Amino acid sequence: MKAILTVHNIASDVVTSFWTPAFVAIFIAIVVYALWPRNQAAFDEAARMPLREE
Amino acid sequence: MTPSQTAKSMTHGEAGLVLVFALSALLCLFAAAKALDSAFAFHALLSSAASLAAVIVIANRYFARPAGVTPQEINGRPNYNMGPVKFAAVMSVVWGIAGFTVGLVIALQLAWPALNLDLPWTSFGRLRPLHTSAVIFAFGGNVLIATSFYVVQKTCRARLAGDLAPWFVVVGYNYFILVAGTGYLLGVTQSKEYAEPEWYADLWLTIVWVAYLLVFLVTIIKRKEPHIFVANWFYLAFIVTIAVLHLGNNPALPVSVFGSKSYIAWGGVQDAMFQWWYGHNAVGFFLTAGFLAIMYYFIPKRAERPIYSYRLSIIHFWALIFLYIWAGPHHLHYTALPDWAQTLGMTFSIMLWMPSWGGMINGLMTLSGAWDKLRTDPVLRMLVVSVAFYGMSTFEGPMMSIKVVNSLSHYTDWTIGHVHSGALGWVGFVSFGALYCMVPWLWDRKGLYSLKLVNWHFWVSTIGIVLYISAMWVSGILQGLMWRAYTSLGFLEYSFIETVEAMHPFYIIRAAGGALFLIGALIMAYNLWMTVRVGEAEVQSPVALQPAE
Repeated sequence: MKAILTVHNIASDVVTSFWTPAFVAIFIAIVVYALWPRNQAAFDEAARMPLREE
Repeated sequence: MTPSQTAKSMTHGEAGLVLVFALSALLCLFAAAKALDSAFAFHALLSSAASLAAVIVIANRYFARPAGVTPQEINGRPNYNMGPVKFAAVMSVVWGIAGFTVGLVIALQLAWPALNLDLPWTSFGRLRPLHTSAVIFAFGGNVLIATSFYVVQKTCRARLAGDLAPWFVVVGYNYFILVAGTGYLLGVTQSKEYAEPEWYADLWLTIVWVAYLLVFLVTIIKRKEPHIFVANWFYLAFIVTIAVLHLGNNPALPVSVFGSKSYIAWGGVQDAMFQWWYGHNAVGFFLTAGFLAIMYYFIPKRAERPIYSYRLSIIHFWALIFLYIWAGPHHLHYTALPDWAQTLGMTFSIMLWMPSWGGMINGLMTLSGAWDKLRTDPVLRMLVVSVAFYGMSTFEGPMMSIKVVNSLSHYTDWTIGHVHSGALGWVGFVSFGALYCMVPWLWDRKGLYSLKLVNWHFWVSTIGIVLYISAMWVSGILQGLMWRAYTSLGFLEYSFIETVEAMHPFYIIRAAGGALFLIGALIMAYNLWMTVRVGEAEVQSPVALQPAE
């Protein structure tokens, strides 16, 4: 039996083999961004946003 | 700029909407004439009348308004558009009281079935979806739309995008509620939990929801603040995900375009899987993400303290987004759903402990340095207790998703207790807190009419919630244990009706708890009404603040 190669099959293979590492990588990047020391001041400022608007 | 001398003309939006609604009035009248069932005819006539009303309102608004477009800023201050926010805030109180009342009625029906009145329209089966939709989508939905339109303007320092579009969103959404609710009473349902409205109501909601997304997004795009505040991410996640869920769960084909009945594109276990992917993420993104947005704006504002950890808010936001979407299969333990899918749902539900408690800790710790305010400010107390309930019910939920626990809890009242500790304690209280904050701000009042009444609301409702959830815990576990009890000969120890009889006292306690919760909401409605009617006006300072660097 010859496997039927369709665009859908290929897309599905690519997605199912890569989404887990891809999502984990994206999430780790977000955590690094959130904890990056240089971003601290900007985040402290953002935390006060509801208090200083008018 | 000098005022323009040119003649007033309709904007594209006004002219377009008048045309669309005029056409819709005619088409709906035609559909009513061709209708195959009476409920469809009723909804078609209702829609025809509503379209006609929309044409008249838009035309009147055009004749009444000055020529030229509404300014985005006045004296360097954003010209906030609070009309639609006020409308949604009022509707949330109205629907809240209606939804809590129907909840009380069905609680009483469970205790005393004669209250079904032997009429189809008042039977438990029709009133139950009316209750769930009224409290979740009508009360909760209006709170979310009102607060999101308020918060996005204030934290972006920009006027709400669109002229008629925000009004289209709030009025259109409430019209959807009206069609859905009257449909349930007339027996129109596609029998999917929290997705009961039939195809035509679903189509209308799709249009309204896309408009909501566009208004929200464009307001963010034209913001004056460089940073997008965390509450706006939560609102955006809520709006986008609900759009995806709604489209995913409702691809139904009507039997006829002139009838209310439709069939879903897929059946069996696929449909079940889609339904609970939808159903659980309605909890995750409607009842959690949206209300977390409220928490992140209103608690800092009321406590006058910055968010405890903005970093934690970023991490728990993304953790929530990545995890929640997979938790749905825990609603289908021990069913035809493949085992691996059940285990996947369970695993992701347990992992949800982390983002949930991240959010709870962040909300509670925002009070550091302001804990004393809990003694003097009942509104803040309501907001903080809501976060405590959030922590409690998001601890209980993952525990119940564990398969062995679920084998005891599923199909029992424990589930109902769990849902209500989240719905009454978390969603209800955070909404009440937000309304208590927002109503004086919206109507330019110095403060609420009476903080004493807020205190009464808080305690009456809290006792109501405690009665409700403890009755359902005992009832649910009792029920689960009775169902699985065997005699020494291997027969079931109890007949089903014996387990029903055992529930009776708990159903009465639950109804009493629900009645207290309703009384609390009535106290709130009176308090808010008096705040608007007789509250002392706040004088606005004429000096404009500058956006932060």
